[in-house]
Amino acid sequence: MVIDVMSKNPTKPANGGQRKTKESTGTRVFGVVNTTFLVLLCVGMLYPFITVLAQSFSSAGAINAGQVSFWPVGFNLDTYSAVMQNDTFWRNYGNTVLYTVVGTTIAMVLTTTYAYVLSKKHLKGRKALIGIAVFTMFFNGGLVPNYVLISSLGMKNTMWALVLPGAISIFNLLVMKSFFENLPKDLEEAAQIDGLGWYGIFGRIVLPLSKAVIATMVLFYSVQFWNDWFAAFLYLDKSELFPVTLFVRNLIAGASTTTSEGAAATGSTTALVSTNIQAVTMILTVIPILCIYPFVQRYFVSGIMLGSVKG
Amino acid sequence: MPLTSDEKSPRSAERGSTRVAAPDGPPTLTIDKQPTAPSRGPQRQTWRKAFERDWQLYSLALLPLIYLAIFKYGPMIGNVIAFRRFRPGGNIYGDEWVGFRYIEMFINDPTFWKVFANTAILGGLTLVVCFPLPIVLALLLNEVRKKHFKKIVQSISYLPHFLSIVIVVGMLMQLLSLNGTVNQIIGAFGGESIPFLQRPEWFRAVYVGSEVWQTVGWGTILYLAALTTVDDSLYEAARIDGAGRWRQTWHVTIPGIRPMMMTLLVLNIGTFLNVGFEKVLLLYNPLTYETADVISTYLYRVGLVSNNLSYAAAIGLFQAVIGLVMVLSANLISRRMVGTSLW
Repeated sequence: MVIDVMSKNPTKPANGGQRKTKESTGTRVFGVVNTTFLVLLCVGMLYPFITVLAQSFSSAGAINAGQVSFWPVGFNLDTYSAVMQNDTFWRNYGNTVLYTVVGTTIAMVLTTTYAYVLSKKHLKGRKALIGIAVFTMFFNGGLVPNYVLISSLGMKNTMWALVLPGAISIFNLLVMKSFFENLPKDLEEAAQIDGLGWYGIFGRIVLPLSKAVIATMVLFYSVQFWNDWFAAFLYLDKSELFPVTLFVRNLIAGASTTTSEGAAATGSTTALVSTNIQAVTMILTVIPILCIYPFVQRYFVSGIMLGSVKG
Repeated sequence: MPLTSDEKSPRSAERGSTRVAAPDGPPTLTIDKQPTAPSRGPQRQTWRKAFERDWQLYSLALLPLIYLAIFKYGPMIGNVIAFRRFRPGGNIYGDEWVGFRYIEMFINDPTFWKVFANTAILGGLTLVVCFPLPIVLALLLNEVRKKHFKKIVQSISYLPHFLSIVIVVGMLMQLLSLNGTVNQIIGAFGGESIPFLQRPEWFRAVYVGSEVWQTVGWGTILYLAALTTVDDSLYEAARIDGAGRWRQTWHVTIPGIRPMMMTLLVLNIGTFLNVGFEKVLLLYNPLTYETADVISTYLYRVGLVSNNLSYAAAIGLFQAVIGLVMVLSANLISRRMVGTSLW
């Protein structure tokens, strides 16, 4: 809403007042207003990070007195060292790494192969294969049947409950499919003439050409598995199996005054956990994502665009 | 979204059900089975030929198809427990038919209608607020001349999209806590601190506000992509006709991205009842149930906390069917009115 108001006002006088004579003043005013607005927007967007970062270095007293916003107050590293010495935290952190690696690997195998098959326009039955996948995007089983299924497969309290249900994202599948469709055909045709089967073409020609989209998809799936907490919340009872997101969630839930029904699943003793400890665990959980984010950013934007505007 | 145009031609002579193929047919019918059923002489030939030529491709699809059958269509069929009595530990598809008992149960359940209304309000607010903002931001970014600055703004605004919902809620709780930033500001103006997350009247604002933070930047990507496809000569022509910047935006830019707007609107309308279940689950508490409890959280509590699995499945099925009907009708309207459709 705020954006709406601010964006329209500056432009109107620019044209209404002087549309014959010179546009440059109006344009310049608009440019300045626009830039200022976008800078403020960025500060606003980053503020939650900044304040949590500041809290993680602050003393509990300063936080409780409401003195912390942009800068740490009562700077110290004690909270970090306290969290660093927490075995459960590190064990859960390791679990997250494991789940992310395994989950992403499975997801990549399934998505890449299926997307490649779907990209072959001559293939008989292709539309049915696409339909089977796309339909699940619009109609899914729902929470309860999923829970019943996973339980009956004996996957509760195993990593498979976390790793398998999210292994094909239809969105990622379609992005990959259109990437494969856009690859130049001549190489594949030449290989076919040379007697290479589809396995060979896929493994030796298509995959090496697809590094960009593969990187994008690895990022997407890694982020998905890294961030997931709900599957763990639903299917895991033992705190030594928890991913780090669930660790953080239990801290937060323990800290909020009224814990909801989830408290039963909370492995730790939920005494009031101070804000700075929460802040530290949040920062440590986010750091890996922040680290890979700038490098792969250009891949994911191009991947998304590829999937969408091509048509 | 990434549904490309080659699937458009709706009625090709192929057996009519391809596109919506999946609804009833359990996809356990893998490629080799499927063709044999209704085909006659010549067609069977071509199928055999296709299989001889492309068996390697079909075999590549096998693993994903098994996966989809078990983990996507399995639960879909599992919805029959909405009509069958389910005993934990018993048959996962229920023990005996009970007809519409569970459906009647939730239709007569006042709490269900309460959470239904909450869901519609929350989803509606989110749609109204979160749909237009990325368009506005994309238009503003489009006016930025300095490439570097634009890149930085984009990078920063995409960032929240990549955070775990747990982190988002954790940050929200810190911002909104009694000694958090928002209350610091209120205090600076001499106001009283507000325990936002304990107050039902604040829940919707908190939810929608955080949703904006999470989605506004990411939402611009598709619009920015669409903006790059707008033909420059159109701007040229508009300028010659004396159109200022505002009118160029209105008459050239916006029509240029209208198909994208319609497509995304259709998607958003179709999914507007799927309010962020995980976020609500993390954010709400019994004090705010009055406005915060939505269908999905209610069925979570009924089903998985209180163990009325069949009843919860009935509610879930109802929600899923409504969602499907809404996507289909929104798509139909979009095709009729603007000629863009999802498939």
